[in-house]
Amino acid sequence: MKIMEGSHAVAEAVKACRPHVISAYPITPQTHIVEEISRMVADGELACEYIRVESEHSAMSVCVGASATGARTYTATTSQGMALMHEVLFNAAGLRLPIVMTAVNRALSAPINIWDDQQDAISQRDTGWIQLHAEDSQEASDMIIQAYRIAEDHDVLLPVMIGMDGFILTHVYEPVELCPQEKVDEFLPLYEPTQYLTPKNPLTFGPIVDPSMYMEFRYMIHEAMGRAKKKIMNVASEFRDKFGRYYGGLIDTYEAEDAEVLILAMGSVIGTIKDAIDELRADGKKVGLVKVRCYRPFPAEAILEAAKDAKAIAVLDKNISLGHEGALYTDVKSVLYNKGPLALGFILGLGGRDITKSTIENIVAKAQKAIESGRVEEESEFVDLDQEVL
Amino acid sequence: MKLSIGAVTEPGSTRINKTGSWRTFKPIIDVEACVGCGMCSMFCPEGVVYEVEDKYTIDYDYCKGCGVCAHECPSGAIEMVIEEK
Ligand code: SF4
Ligand code: SF4
Repeated sequence: MKIMEGSHAVAEAVKACRPHVISAYPITPQTHIVEEISRMVADGELACEYIRVESEHSAMSVCVGASATGARTYTATTSQGMALMHEVLFNAAGLRLPIVMTAVNRALSAPINIWDDQQDAISQRDTGWIQLHAEDSQEASDMIIQAYRIAEDHDVLLPVMIGMDGFILTHVYEPVELCPQEKVDEFLPLYEPTQYLTPKNPLTFGPIVDPSMYMEFRYMIHEAMGRAKKKIMNVASEFRDKFGRYYGGLIDTYEAEDAEVLILAMGSVIGTIKDAIDELRADGKKVGLVKVRCYRPFPAEAILEAAKDAKAIAVLDKNISLGHEGALYTDVKSVLYNKGPLALGFILGLGGRDITKSTIENIVAKAQKAIESGRVEEESEFVDLDQEVL
Repeated sequence: MKLSIGAVTEPGSTRINKTGSWRTFKPIIDVEACVGCGMCSMFCPEGVVYEVEDKYTIDYDYCKGCGVCAHECPSGAIEMVIEEK
């Protein structure tokens, strides 16, 4: 156990995976990850090609090219940088390249804001990337190792991004257990690509596909997403057997079995919610948690199973689909349609606004009110808005 | 043919894509009027106009019917005719 910055815990895990090529462009609050990796490369601790580029669009393009040659690749970005990667993210998924990326979470401009929310990753929802979210530094670090196993599996072959809340996780020092190199080598064998670029055997990556076949390729990605669900769960269990740490499968639950009110959320806010639940439980309130670890593929079956006996579920979104509601809330409602509990949506924590235990308690109180009246007053609402300045 | 993962293919696979099917107008060379200058061959964006014994001929599998050749021909020897399909 070592006390270290979250970003460095991620960099150590990347190093243990022995990537061949890393390409990244620094951007707050992702910088400490790629800064530490470039130090490792410069000091000879990590033998890999570290390619400096002029933008995130280029960083992802380098990863695409390198991965097509069969190299294990890594990058990290956040916010505007992730937005700039957008079109290349589609290509990485469409070419079925198992790139792993830490998606440090940060708000998007305008107005400019460097603090945490999850709008950046949520806005990449439909690119075909598997999207996981970490609760703490340990999970953000361990998920790198798991991510390569998932991405490189021949039944999956899809890129994976791991959401990690900016500053809240990247810049916080907490005790982290690093995975010993020998054990990582046993857990994560060399990547064996099914097809790769080499001068000896030229191939075309990215040909034009006309209307007679395009839909079939999209279907194949969708099917691979479906197969990834089982893979993510299996890899989590294998990781537990090897390293002794487990974070749940596609979702995790806390005090959920007999809960009347469930809170559903992703990322670092989970820790605050667990603390709030402990206090609410001490007061005799039956409150529990559903932690979404995997946002895409969406764990519909697991959420339905966890939520079916609750009376109300409060969905916390650190994002908003402007003009509608939080993205998680929409997904959860579609899962619960015509069955299960009342669903309430809360938009909170945008641009780094703190989410405190009292925020969670207020949300639980609203859910309890909905249970008493048997209906949801306001489907989706902003939490802790400062009405004075509006 | 089963589709490959990620649409990765052998090189040169664009030949499967016969762009001649895109054509609405078909260029017809009047060999009597043609003076063999080669302008059509040079200007064709698809590179499908070939010289055969001082005259020029078009590979209709890939001619997409853009009409550049007819526009450039100094002798007015190329006529664009509506395609019957
Ligand atoms: S119509 Fe266009 S594509 Fe066809 S031969 Fe003429 S220039 Fe080439
Ligand atoms: S441009 Fe006209 S004249 Fe010249 S080679 Fe072509 S068809 Fe013949």
